[in-house]
Amino acid sequence: MDTTPSDTTPPLLTTDQMALFVSRGFLRFDAVVPDDINEQAMVELPGLFRAWLDEFRGVAPGAAALAEVDDDAIPLPRSGTVLRDAYAPDSAFGRMVRLPTIAGAIRSLVGADPVVDHHFVHIKPAGDLHAQGLHCDAIIDEGPAFDIQLFWFPHDVAPREGGTRFVPGSHLRRVNMDDVSRYHHLAGEQYFSGDAGTVVIFHQGLWHAGAPNHGANDRVMGKLRLNPTEPQVRLWDTSDLAPRNRADDHMFARMDPGMVATQLRHSEPWFEPSVHRLETVQRAKLWRHLTGDAAFDVDWYLTRTERRAALVQP
Amino acid sequence: MMWLASPSLDSRVLGWSFFDGTAGAGPQLDADPPYPTGVAALVDGWRMVQMSPLIPPVPGHERDTSFLKHEFVFERLVDVD
Repeated sequence: MDTTPSDTTPPLLTTDQMALFVSRGFLRFDAVVPDDINEQAMVELPGLFRAWLDEFRGVAPGAAALAEVDDDAIPLPRSGTVLRDAYAPDSAFGRMVRLPTIAGAIRSLVGADPVVDHHFVHIKPAGDLHAQGLHCDAIIDEGPAFDIQLFWFPHDVAPREGGTRFVPGSHLRRVNMDDVSRYHHLAGEQYFSGDAGTVVIFHQGLWHAGAPNHGANDRVMGKLRLNPTEPQVRLWDTSDLAPRNRADDHMFARMDPGMVATQLRHSEPWFEPSVHRLETVQRAKLWRHLTGDAAFDVDWYLTRTERRAALVQP
Repeated sequence: MMWLASPSLDSRVLGWSFFDGTAGAGPQLDADPPYPTGVAALVDGWRMVQMSPLIPPVPGHERDTSFLKHEFVFERLVDVD
């Protein structure tokens, strides 16, 4: 059954936004978090980082333990905690994930009841010019199901002031962790900069790295990884999907700019032309999963080979 | 190192990295990319020391995508004090 918005659901992503996420691996919501929540985050998030640091160094019991004895401390959710139970509604993270735009995006991508994988606070100190190696998080995660990662920048980030480096369109490449750290410059890569309260949602596989901070202020970023707990099939506002999901337009025959395929055949400046076609296939396979439409295709790559294969099977 | 759009050395540069064995004492690169093609680096005096071999796809993974395929390694020796 198609998903359409109702009064009880937050604003869901559109088909265009979902196709953009599938083709480029991220969605950006500029200044979506109000100032008061950002200001709260600028108090709470560095505290979370310091507590983790102390725990990691073994000089303090850490935030999780502190929370058991200190009513003012912020309890850290354990991995696997359902998101709606993970953060107090009045905490910075709790308020952020409950914003209608963010809640709707989360619901569209990973369902109504995702669980918290983990969160972390990344602080890039002023003047820290170390460029982290390019990487994707975790390991090689099998698809097509995917996690999302919210990157929340609670303060203005000017260019060259530590905004996360990321590579659009890298999310479906099968690499492990920092095996891509050799790539120092890729055409079309981005360094985040933007207004306070911007949230960028990554597909788990998107290549990214901490960037040098040439500015005078520490850069703070809260990252939250969420796992789906239901099939990620038609969870967004699919009211316009059916007429736009045709598989019979083709870049060398007749293209229809209104079709989802238009977004899914988007290339990135760093793609080899031959690999771009394979990326198109990977996106089509992911779109098949997200729509439950096993016949969907982009530029006939899957269809022609599947039809030929069917002719020779016993 | 440069990653090109195809296995042909005259194809477009998609990505590049510079590993400086002089610790800053030698000439630096500042353009992005430093050269438009691999051939342009040769013309400027770089020696190509390695290129990616052309390896057939692993059966069953013909359509997988992973690392950039067309990697070229160049070197240049310079005198430093």
